Amino acid sequence: MEQIFFYIFATIAVLSAIGVISVRNPVHSAFYLMVTLLQVAAIFILLRSPFLAAVQVFIYVGAIMVLFLFAVMVLDIGKEELTEAFNQQSVIAIPAVVVMLALIAYMIIGGKLSAPVGGYTDGILIGHGTEVLGKELYTKYLFPFEVVSILLLVALVGAIVLVMKDRQG
Amino acid sequence: MPDISLIATLALMVIKVLVITMILFMLPLPLTYVERKVAGHIQVRLGPWRVGPHGLLQPFADMIKLILKEDIVPDKADKFLFKLAPFMAMIPAFAVYAAIPFGDKWTIPFLDRQVSLYITDMNVGILYVLAISGLGVYGLIFGGWSSNSKYALIGGLRSSAQMISYEIAVSFSAIGVVLLSKSLSLVEIVKHQGGTILHWNFFYLPVGPVWFFIFLIGATAEINRVPFDLPEDEGTLGAGFHTEYSGMRFAFFMLSEYVAMVTVSVMSVVLFFGGWNAPFNIPFVPPILWFIGKVILFIYFFMWLRFTLPRYRYDQLMTIGWKILIPVSLVNLIITGLMKI
Repeated sequence: MEQIFFYIFATIAVLSAIGVISVRNPVHSAFYLMVTLLQVAAIFILLRSPFLAAVQVFIYVGAIMVLFLFAVMVLDIGKEELTEAFNQQSVIAIPAVVVMLALIAYMIIGGKLSAPVGGYTDGILIGHGTEVLGKELYTKYLFPFEVVSILLLVALVGAIVLVMKDRQG
Repeated sequence: MPDISLIATLALMVIKVLVITMILFMLPLPLTYVERKVAGHIQVRLGPWRVGPHGLLQPFADMIKLILKEDIVPDKADKFLFKLAPFMAMIPAFAVYAAIPFGDKWTIPFLDRQVSLYITDMNVGILYVLAISGLGVYGLIFGGWSSNSKYALIGGLRSSAQMISYEIAVSFSAIGVVLLSKSLSLVEIVKHQGGTILHWNFFYLPVGPVWFFIFLIGATAEINRVPFDLPEDEGTLGAGFHTEYSGMRFAFFMLSEYVAMVTVSVMSVVLFFGGWNAPFNIPFVPPILWFIGKVILFIYFFMWLRFTLPRYRYDQLMTIGWKILIPVSLVNLIITGLMKI
């Protein structure tokens, strides 16, 4: 049963991901990216992680994609520019993609893309997943967590500084 | 062969979903009537009067009109997104109700079977509601963009910027509620407010009322109600993001707007006003009536706002969001945290 659902979500996710890069119109791309992110959220639920699923929808689909769309809609792209965007890239892109897919396939078949299963049972993860995640983040992984938050803060301040310079000049 | 209880559970789930969906679909009928009547009384006029006694049949006349109207798709519009946008506004508005608790367990008389008055009790319910209700903005953005009209586009742009600015404040108030109630599950949040009226999150002084007003202002902005209805600012933008829509597609936008208003009222009751808990110990009033009564008060409040307040300017809207609500919620978060240690 779960496998069937996984394949449904995975197929839609991959198809819409292809849509993101093959559609010419940037707003349509954003639409397909939104569909992909929603499917990923569904897969998080299958992985017994409702918290991550909700956060995925909340942050990525609800906020970041809206910001993307805001930027894309303000850009006024004419039809001519749209066709020109696909120039000689395919010569380099196709071999690069083939090599990457081959590498990933090699890793999967060789069983190298795997992580050890944690000590938590299904019951704990479904009922207290958020609690487990929070405790781990704030005790065991406190240092990386703080590093990431400082990194985000720096990026935030950097973005503001870049805009401020423009205004003074 | 699956056993009987599994089938019964599934059937019950389907019935609950159907009942809630039907109620939500029917909601605009009384709500449009009441809204126009409230408007009439506030502005000292009659409101709907001609169709039926006291204009009671007006919503049905409107419904027939909306169904029969021609569905116009502008020639230069992006057909795919234009047709999809009303549904993208409507589906999240309905999907939110999968997690909303209307009441606790209730025993059906004669059958001796317990029924819970919610579809599911998610352990991340509050996050689910915030996340899914946030998705409704896509209908506005795509609808505004795909119309290929400048007024609609500006409406769509405004709604996306407004959404991002106010979602932060609303999320902060949700964090405040979670700190007060120690759970992400909406059922647990309501149960935590049980007992007397003083256990309600609103009366957790001094931070409760502040969280409530942050939530109320932010949520009003997110559902585009007056005084924050800039995406459909009819004074300057025609009708904003739905300028080019007609007939049923327009009706879907209106439906999702009404459902979103009910959602915000329901969420205010669940998060701050004790859900189905009675304020005083009055016998023979079932909890669900308390719940509905509180929600109706909030719905009336939103209608009252709409016909009392003028609209904010766009820069004022941004100032309120970024320079007032977010700093206030940061300070309030620290105070709440200190009080809860």
